Amino acid sequence: MSRTTSVPPAAPSSGPGASRKIPLGLGGFDWHRYVIYIGFVVVFLVFAALLGDRGFLSSNNLLSILRQTSTITVIAVAMTYVIACAEIDLSVGSVAGLSSVVSAMAVSNWGLVPGILAGLGVGFAVGAINGGLVSMLNIPSFLVTLGMLGIAAGVAQWVTGSAPVPILNDTFNLMFGGGDIGPIPGRIVWSALFVALGAVVLAKTRFGRQVLATGGNRIAAEFTGVNTKKIKFQVLLISSVVAAIAGMLYAGRLQSGRFQWGAGDELSAIAAVILGGTSLFGGAGSVIGTLFGALLIGLINNGLILLGLDTSQQQVIRGAIIILAVALARKR
Amino acid sequence: MTAEPRPPAVTMRGICKAFDGVRVLQDVDFDVLQGEIHALAGGNGAGKSTLMKILQGVYSLDAGEISIAGEPVKLGSIHDARAAGVGMVFQEFSLVPSFTVAQNIFLTTEPKGRGGLLDDKEAARRARTVFQRMEVNVDPNAKIADLGTAYWQLTEIAKALAQDAKVLIMDEPTASLAKHEADALFELAGRLKVEGVSIIYISHRMDEIYRLADRITILRDGRWHLTEALTDVTPEQIVEGIVGRQLEDALQYRDRSVVTGGVPLLEARGLRSGSRVRDVSFSLHPGEILGIAGLMGSGRTELARCLFGIDKLDAGEVLLRGDVVDLGDTRKAISSGVALIPEDRRKQGLVLDHSVRDNLLLPLLGSIRRGLLLDDRRGTSLARALIERFTVKAANPSRPVRLLSGGNQQKVVIAKWLGTDPDVLVMDEPTAGVDIGTKNEILGMIRELADAGKAVLLISSEYPELLAVSDRVLVLREGRVVDDLARESIPDEEHLQLAVQGVRT
Repeated sequence: MSRTTSVPPAAPSSGPGASRKIPLGLGGFDWHRYVIYIGFVVVFLVFAALLGDRGFLSSNNLLSILRQTSTITVIAVAMTYVIACAEIDLSVGSVAGLSSVVSAMAVSNWGLVPGILAGLGVGFAVGAINGGLVSMLNIPSFLVTLGMLGIAAGVAQWVTGSAPVPILNDTFNLMFGGGDIGPIPGRIVWSALFVALGAVVLAKTRFGRQVLATGGNRIAAEFTGVNTKKIKFQVLLISSVVAAIAGMLYAGRLQSGRFQWGAGDELSAIAAVILGGTSLFGGAGSVIGTLFGALLIGLINNGLILLGLDTSQQQVIRGAIIILAVALARKR
Repeated sequence: MTAEPRPPAVTMRGICKAFDGVRVLQDVDFDVLQGEIHALAGGNGAGKSTLMKILQGVYSLDAGEISIAGEPVKLGSIHDARAAGVGMVFQEFSLVPSFTVAQNIFLTTEPKGRGGLLDDKEAARRARTVFQRMEVNVDPNAKIADLGTAYWQLTEIAKALAQDAKVLIMDEPTASLAKHEADALFELAGRLKVEGVSIIYISHRMDEIYRLADRITILRDGRWHLTEALTDVTPEQIVEGIVGRQLEDALQYRDRSVVTGGVPLLEARGLRSGSRVRDVSFSLHPGEILGIAGLMGSGRTELARCLFGIDKLDAGEVLLRGDVVDLGDTRKAISSGVALIPEDRRKQGLVLDHSVRDNLLLPLLGSIRRGLLLDDRRGTSLARALIERFTVKAANPSRPVRLLSGGNQQKVVIAKWLGTDPDVLVMDEPTAGVDIGTKNEILGMIRELADAGKAVLLISSEYPELLAVSDRVLVLREGRVVDDLARESIPDEEHLQLAVQGVRT
């Protein structure tokens, strides 16, 4: 052992930060980090107790919760990257709608592969515009994507004359959320895929680390050699492309493209991300947390319906629970 | 001394740089030898930071050549500079607070494990090795946000060393460190030097420069002024080199013969607040400058916070002109005529992204109101008058205050509060991190204000400064006044030092 000069003795002997880092030490338990999981379990148990006799615990009902949250989960995984990078993407819902419309039109005119490519193309185009404006021109992503929310929704409504575009291609419909793989609905497989990929990339790759660094302290990241403009561009591009895939998942399940598919999903996705413990100010984020954030929202929706509340009451209670959960997850 | 010829680490020749046609550096030469600690000094706007940013690859150079370890290099980006072995310990720390120490050290150079995925355990192991080499004790898995600034700095140094830096640039590294932390840093610098690492040391503090550095280079107005071994140069020569003129000695105490009869302007009786301010009483007369001396944690800053209504009093009372006043919050303090120049100008004193003008006018908005709206023209002329009076060097008052040098930012903070025409000024470390020229200006300002009948409470950990302007010095220890010394009774700095440390002579 070399002679160690114990320099600034802020925390003697135990080493710096020890008091707050011990995961399960007496009183040192940092429950803020796990509030989403605790919240999920608590809400689940409450509903199980209240609604056990109304079929809440039936495998059918539980599977339907998963199914109903799958598309939001997909969008929210990408949104985790955007928010962890201290940016925001408000255009995802409209992009999903636009991509559902464009891929539906392309499928009917040119077939399966052009249809998929057209849908992805919408995501790439919108993402490149969002990312370009934010990273090259330094316009806040809030403004850029707020504008894009209107533009994408408007274009989708305009090109279809507000009418749904039916999709008669069975392969498309089966691929994107209509079909099952064994007993598991295809949509759930899609979202599991995105969650797994998203979690590993964010936590375990250099790209993910650089997204977090850009969000945590952009100047520091830049001075350490992270190309923060490129990172911002990339997260906004990913967010749009994933939203476009979500749009095709709507289109496949509902066998049509329509400008309203996905409308408002940006808010649910953002809520899921924040509930999942990703910092709204960037720098810290967890895709698994986001998954549970989305599941919690789905759980609450499902439970409130089973309790017999009408839509307006559901909205009020859902809003209150989200505010409460975020307040609890906040440090101090 | 017979200096062994050491090979050069950094050679910069004929460096020129202009921004928007304004020459910032002209024909600057700068050399650092291997295993040398080389101080770099100069006033605000002398070009120190521009020169260092060129060496880090942040700015490109207009003309000139750079060699590192004898090899000519082109430093087109931060990457190039790092690859060439230049590491920077930033003054504004360049760390990601939500990351661990090890994650910060290896940001962009993360070790990878199986399948190309990042291996945080390996990063922590390597970080531990670096800290061992530095002979310091830091937990690589601690989160930066949970650590103090001293650890941030060690992490910064480790980050540079982990990338095999041969040249370390330290910009005011002790600015946010307590004394024992600074001492530890000096020891570390000494060890790195023995290992052959070169250190470019930017500091305004003369004692540090003499203690640490082998040679000094002074820049003045963007030009090279002098490079000299510290054994061959006197502090007076350095100051003169930085300021460009012989100073009438601002650090010389001048008896201002304050009349201390009559009702004191400010009187504190038995103040107690929280755990840091236990029992503080004093009185302050118009025209008087009262110095507050004490170690870190003696309650100096907390006393200032009480007087400005930030911290609540648990006991005791404050009297202004003989009347008890309630300083329950900062607005009451301001309207009673108290102003605080806070310790940390960037966090507490300025809205950094707002313009110089808007920062100056913030406490004055009430007085430039016309009806419900603000009178913009009066605001602008008021701001301009303050800028002139306090000689703030701001090219354009509508540019963000963030762009000003540290010294000029501090002048903005002072000007901002003096715009409200307070009677009592509480100043907490008003010259921290400013260059000698500005420091002298600020000390001059303090004297002028007192001469104009204001009462000044000056908190400072720099004894020469306290002794230069204070008419009386209050010594705090553990939240209590342990000494109330008239200036005449303090023969020298050492005497005050001993009083603060609690050693009786």
